[in-house]
Amino acid sequence: MNDSPLVSLFGYFALLSLFAVGGANAAIPELHRIAVEVMQWMTDRQFADSFAIAQVSPGPNIIIVTLIGYHVAGLPGAAVATTAMCGPTCIVAFLVARIWDRFKEARWRIAIQAGLVPVSLGLIGASAFVLARSADHNIYAAIITAVTALVGFATRINPLWIFLVGGLLGLSGWL
Amino acid sequence: MSAAAAPSPTSVRPTLSELFRAFAVVSVSGFGGALPWARRKIVDQKHWMTAEEFNEAFALSQFLPGPNVVNFSVVFGSRFGGAPGAAVALAGLMGPPLVIVTILAVLYARFGDLEVLSRILAGITAAAVGLLIAVVAKMAAPLFRKRWDWAPLIAIAAFIGVAIMQWPLPLVFLVLAPVSVALAWVTR
Repeated sequence: MNDSPLVSLFGYFALLSLFAVGGANAAIPELHRIAVEVMQWMTDRQFADSFAIAQVSPGPNIIIVTLIGYHVAGLPGAAVATTAMCGPTCIVAFLVARIWDRFKEARWRIAIQAGLVPVSLGLIGASAFVLARSADHNIYAAIITAVTALVGFATRINPLWIFLVGGLLGLSGWL
Repeated sequence: MSAAAAPSPTSVRPTLSELFRAFAVVSVSGFGGALPWARRKIVDQKHWMTAEEFNEAFALSQFLPGPNVVNFSVVFGSRFGGAPGAAVALAGLMGPPLVIVTILAVLYARFGDLEVLSRILAGITAAAVGLLIAVVAKMAAPLFRKRWDWAPLIAIAAFIGVAIMQWPLPLVFLVLAPVSVALAWVTR
């Protein structure tokens, strides 16, 4: 029974959910490592496509795990992957929320909060790196990424417009 | 002016069905991050929290592992309705997007090989990666400007471990997080 994809989906994603500090963006490299390299559930391109679909879908971007789960094992896979990614962390959030306010000024709390910021920054940077490697396979895609990075950094434009332009450029056949 | 006095901002308590509806609305409006929508709904429109309480609850959600907005729905829901409140807020947040994304998953399984679709998705991915780089740059700017030199080193170590060496994330985290927290403790 251990080789059932549902068991692997649950095990890997539940464990990941407890270490992905920085949210969906921080989880991407590990999701990629598991789904594309370790388990070989999907190709690099299918992973990048799932990322794109999750980005343009309404709702939390972590919903990429639902797409991966569906790809691996249909509706049961989607349900298991989503539950594994949200369940453990929701329980932690529920328990911590009840005691958090009491330790508002505690020095250890401030140290934990400050100490986790650079870790999650490194993880999100790794996400960008892993995705860029699968997405920017030619100079035009790399230019789109570079221009979008500049626009995203300098303005507060709604991402939907950026996705629309990116999708149209892709449709036009440049990439 | 109506005769009924407006309740003070912090005394408004949502019912369970209000919680569900609020998070359902936030989830489907939240393209590219639900935070601004959640703030508008909860602080500006419903007055369930002051801006300060909202920031505090959100800071907690970001520091917890896992998806931030999902954590936020649990933290917020449990504050107002205990375990049922948390469950209802979570269901509101995840329900509508799950229906939509499941439909998209079925469509992708059927049409994912179409040349035209893969071109469109390639363009969206290239753009989304750019946005991610912008997020990283915005996060890194204050960190790399500080005088303490340990934070950038930790960030770079996490990046190398996960992106270049491709070590498992739990392993990288268990090594770096304690070091980073200890350094934060010492340098304060």
